[in-house]
Amino acid sequence: MEFEVLVQLKSEVLDPEGRAIQEVLKLQGVAGVSGVTVAKRYLVTLDATCKNPEATIQDVASRYLANPVAQVYQVKRLHP
Amino acid sequence: MSPQKDAASSLRVGVLQFPGSNCDADCVDALRRHFQIEATLVWHQDTKLPKLDAVIVPGGFSFGDYLRSGALAAHAPVMQDVKRFSEKGGAVLGICNGFQILVESKILPGILLHNLSQTFICKTVHLKDQSGNVLTMPIAHGEGRFYIDKKDLAALTDEGMIAYQYSSLAGEVDEASNPNGSVSNIAGIYSKNKKVLGMMPHPERATDVAMGGSKDGLVVLRNFIERI
Repeated sequence: MEFEVLVQLKSEVLDPEGRAIQEVLKLQGVAGVSGVTVAKRYLVTLDATCKNPEATIQDVASRYLANPVAQVYQVKRLHP
Repeated sequence: MSPQKDAASSLRVGVLQFPGSNCDADCVDALRRHFQIEATLVWHQDTKLPKLDAVIVPGGFSFGDYLRSGALAAHAPVMQDVKRFSEKGGAVLGICNGFQILVESKILPGILLHNLSQTFICKTVHLKDQSGNVLTMPIAHGEGRFYIDKKDLAALTDEGMIAYQYSSLAGEVDEASNPNGSVSNIAGIYSKNKKVLGMMPHPERATDVAMGGSKDGLVVLRNFIERI
């Protein structure tokens, strides 16, 4: 089964890449853009030998893919 | 040879090697040339450190800097034993990528994020130590913006864990001298017991005037060796 893990900086941590994109959009005259946040998307496939996929993907996301000091993550199951 | 150097030469220091480490040989050379210490190289897949008095986690691009700088190396087998070693009071020095590995493995607090400029910065900077001395040495990193939340920053300050701050040559710790956007201009921190030091600047690259003028890296290395 396939999971999507989205990792991004916590809202209180400055995201200079997102801010730079937002600034350029503003300079280009794109109206109404009040925020841009950059996130990293991981696709993780677990096979049948994984006994507890939900727990495994949470462990992978929290211990490896995201660092809780400055990042948050969301897990979504894409394919059963 | 000074008596201090004689005493230092019996120290057993291990320098870790990960795929992508590129300052390991510089550290070995600096210890040999200036402190008469024959360091042992330790491979990342080793599950147990040899008998050592101190560990150096060198700079480089371990595991290609994938995921986050230092994040994959933090899970290497050898780091489990480095963690145990530090918990028992062992001395550990992490330089640049080594600092990133130490925070990712939770041996030191905080995290190192992409530089505010989103660019790789390679230049000479000035650092202020806890005694107010200003040292000059190079930085070379893309992810060196030290971040920690306000509560933990206050704890770092209260515990005297801020080892080095980016400053001007005159010792002013200000925004203009902060190369990467680190909170409070932090360039390096100690553990609570001061036995672990992590820093983004490269002391091992400032040990000989032939390397670009400054020998201030020797001050950092000497302080580290004296704390072992």
